[in-house]
Amino acid sequence: MNKQRLIVIGNGMVGHHLVEQLIAHNATEHYEIVVFGEERHRAYDRVHLSEYFGGRDAQSLAMCDADFYAANGVELRLHEAIARIDRDANRVVSDQGSYAYDRLVLATGSYPFVPPIPGGDRANCLVYRTLDDLDAIRAAAVNANTGVVVGGGLLGLEAANALRGLDLDTAVVEFAPRLMPMQVDTEGGELLREKIEDLGVQVLTGRATREIVDGEASFHRMVFQDDKVLETDLIVFSAGIRPRDALARDCRLEVGERGGVVIDDKCLTSDPAILAIGEVALWNDSIFGLVAPGYQMAKVALATLTEGEETFRGADMSTKLKLMGVDVGAIGDAHGDRSPGARMFRYLDEIKQQYRKLVVSSDGKKLLGAMLVGDNGYYDTLMQYYSNGLELPADPASLILPGSDGVPTLGPDALPESASICSCHNVTKGAICASIDAGAGDLGAVKADTKASTGCGGCAALLKNVVDSELEARGVEVDQSICEHFAHTRQALYSIVRVEGIRTFSELIGKHGQGLGCDICKPAVASILASCFNEPITDAAHVPLQDTNDTFMANMQKNGTYSVVPRVPGGEITPDKLIVLGRVGEKYGLYTKVTGGQRIDLFGARLEDLPSIWGELLDAGFETGHAYAKSLRTVKSCVGSTWCRYGVADSVGMAIQLENRYKGLRSPHKLKLAVSGCTRECAEAQSKDVGVIATENGWNLYVCGNGGMRPRHAELFATDLDDATLVKYIDRFLMFYVRTADRLQRTSVWRENLEGGLDYLKAVVIDDSLGLGAELEAQMRTVIDNYECEWAGALSDPDKLKRFRSFVNDRRPDPDIIVTEERGQLRPA
Amino acid sequence: MNAATAIDNDVTWQPLCRTADLVAHSGVAAWLETADGPAQVALFFLPAADRSASTPSKLDDRPHEIYAVDNHDPFSGANVIARGIVGDIGGEPVIASPLYKQHFRLGDGRCVEKPEVGLRCWPVKLDGDRVMIAA
Ligand SMILES: Cc1cc2nc3c(=O)[nH]c(=O)nc-3n(C[C@H](O)[C@H](O)[C@H](O)COP(=O)(O)OP(=O)(O)OC[C@H]3O[C@@H](n4cnc5c(N)ncnc54)[C@H](O)[C@@H]3O)c2cc1C
Ligand code: SF4
Repeated sequence: MNKQRLIVIGNGMVGHHLVEQLIAHNATEHYEIVVFGEERHRAYDRVHLSEYFGGRDAQSLAMCDADFYAANGVELRLHEAIARIDRDANRVVSDQGSYAYDRLVLATGSYPFVPPIPGGDRANCLVYRTLDDLDAIRAAAVNANTGVVVGGGLLGLEAANALRGLDLDTAVVEFAPRLMPMQVDTEGGELLREKIEDLGVQVLTGRATREIVDGEASFHRMVFQDDKVLETDLIVFSAGIRPRDALARDCRLEVGERGGVVIDDKCLTSDPAILAIGEVALWNDSIFGLVAPGYQMAKVALATLTEGEETFRGADMSTKLKLMGVDVGAIGDAHGDRSPGARMFRYLDEIKQQYRKLVVSSDGKKLLGAMLVGDNGYYDTLMQYYSNGLELPADPASLILPGSDGVPTLGPDALPESASICSCHNVTKGAICASIDAGAGDLGAVKADTKASTGCGGCAALLKNVVDSELEARGVEVDQSICEHFAHTRQALYSIVRVEGIRTFSELIGKHGQGLGCDICKPAVASILASCFNEPITDAAHVPLQDTNDTFMANMQKNGTYSVVPRVPGGEITPDKLIVLGRVGEKYGLYTKVTGGQRIDLFGARLEDLPSIWGELLDAGFETGHAYAKSLRTVKSCVGSTWCRYGVADSVGMAIQLENRYKGLRSPHKLKLAVSGCTRECAEAQSKDVGVIATENGWNLYVCGNGGMRPRHAELFATDLDDATLVKYIDRFLMFYVRTADRLQRTSVWRENLEGGLDYLKAVVIDDSLGLGAELEAQMRTVIDNYECEWAGALSDPDKLKRFRSFVNDRRPDPDIIVTEERGQLRPA
Repeated sequence: MNAATAIDNDVTWQPLCRTADLVAHSGVAAWLETADGPAQVALFFLPAADRSASTPSKLDDRPHEIYAVDNHDPFSGANVIARGIVGDIGGEPVIASPLYKQHFRLGDGRCVEKPEVGLRCWPVKLDGDRVMIAA
């Protein structure tokens, strides 16, 4: 077969990516491929170039194995620069020969721009682009004490960090009045300067260098426009990049006014035999100085060379990076100067050194751009708003205010192909879909294939959602099973239990599952049964299902002893009861601590002591506090209008009413409530699953807040409610959660995954859009009516008490529980 | 030696507790005197499926099963294995530690997550209303 010859000039990141794609798509069957690289090294990861100073070598930065090209029949000619293209003869010429081509690809990248400053070509005036450049910097640094980077942009700061790492006293000289003028504005630039100066790097902005001459104390002396001078041993220029388009100019291909080889949507230059990709290419008057758009162009070029359809449609230049440990992010029109009528929100925290800016459309509905300095945690959410054109929340500022909760609920379908799912490995939704199309049949396969979620893992939940939804869309049955014993979700099991009226685990697993069950499905089913029928969990049929905490109705601690927490509704407790707690603690040698939920925790109770401890507590009028259960924990309250001069309602009274109402409600996860007597919010109700705050006109209801590992502010759900409506809404809300949430899913996560979000939840609870209202209330009624204190039940049943023996054949206590004294109390040794 | 000790197939069986002390589908702890000193054992009882139940179990043919393993949890150092949840992984009965949730196979004591760690196991059987253990 007569193969065409394809020549690729440039073996950089993008050129290499093209070859890799050609090989992967068997284009080597039609093309004899020859690649020319001017550098000594085969293609390497330029994006991580700085790691060369951090210990990585050329080998580990290389984009492929040494024999990759040869093994795939591609000829790689390194250290051979093409000097000329002869379009009439279809040949390229180097100092070693002349080579004919049928198709030609320019992937020559860019070169660092060195401003025409007299003396700029002195020895030890270097640039920062290639491995050889870095070798030169390292060699020069050996005899240097100080270094200056000219240019305070992204790459300049990276170079400055590298000099710092070489133990040079480092300064950055920027011509613009601030650092990173492309990405940040004046405020952001100031903050960045502070942060970078804190790292010991001197920052000089608004400085134009007039000339470089011999120094007195150092090798160079830089003379600025204002006659000030700065002496240094080494200078690195990082004043921007320019496309390496000389070959194209010389053979009269069309180039842009400010450089760059003009290409169309198929990456074709003005000569259809020649393509250009990567940083040398100019598309729609833009150069793309990032690797991702270059890779997209490589894909398009592959299509063009193999008669495919793909076209280049531009690329988003939003970036998020960490420079010298400082987060910087820029999304879309970060300056707001490309969008007439745009409005801005700015947030500046000079203590924490954070700055954030939003650029929104004139109607406040769309995010046009954003700028972040100091904390890129906000980036992903903003990026979703930006790239998906989502409607902003009523108060867009909440998206950049600290501690506010603006994370949008996005169904995976709503995300475009370009949405970045895994930022560590830069995997888009499109890549995930492609991997599935190529045969990856489940989450594990997609992960192995795309590397998604194998970095920090922060995207695991999102990735699962996307994979599940894509598999479903392809008609693949997605395994949502709760565990190997039931091919059902928790929600499905819940419906089965209700519809079929199943009351025991053995009946459920007999009819709908297999095997013995396990520590995942057993407690989950126990919780479902309890929230449907509320039979005592100490009943023989339910006992084996429970976690040890539920079985012994106390919380196991790390040495095998338990903690005991009686209920103290609303945190209100009489002195008499306090005395009882003290006496019990003293008698059984318990460590006591006040909890965050306004009650008292007694630690260190031995299994065999639990019944007598509870006997004494019940006698004094206490009930179990369910601290061991996935159920209502506490309703925290402030003293409210009874004592507080600001209070507008009896928050303690309402808290007690709610706590007594919902105590014993088994749920997918624990539930915490709080009631505050006025908007000063001393009970911190907005961090709870259900928060109630008194106003002049009634109660405001907040839902789905969370403290703990992933704090989330509760959202305002309804305002100015009377007592009865408040209780009705909470009944419905809680039961709807109990019915529809996943195992161990707090209300906050449930809410974030709820399709339709808060509006949907309001519709269900307030407007009764599903017509479920009465049913949910009735079910809550059943739970409330069947409430009984589990400890009271256990103590009156000798069979149940048998369970609390440490050993069935001996009264010896467990000798391995050893305690020691600390601050006047006992703790595990 | 205990008076009730019997010899059977070269194994010495001794009574440990009563069947009434066992909890179906769950565990209890008992003291055992061994040649190396006293040991705490965790006993798990998986009764045969109740054939009279209106909804026959798919594990219908399984006889009564009883297992004895260490009560000492090698991961937490606490004596809590008897208080874990019994289940199966791929059909093999396992116990999940109540503290850090590792699973141990009841058949041979191996930890599923970390096979180099294991619990000791003892042969046990039911004899009338007594639970017999070979130690
Ligand atoms: C320090 C540093 C940090 C960066 N960080 C990021 C980042 O965080 N994110 C990001 O997206 N991008 C980053 N970039 C930019 C990214 O590296 C480039 O976008 C990407 O390398 C462009 O690939 P390319 O193949 O177009 O050009 P290059 O990688 O520059 O490759 C072009 C190659 O062609 C060779 N060549 C040129 N002319 C000829 C000729 N006539 N004959 C033969 N060979 C020739 C060159 O020697 C070079 O090896 C960074 C760049 C640098 C320098
Ligand atoms: S929330 Fe209001 S009523 Fe309650 S204690 Fe604080 S100030 Fe007083």
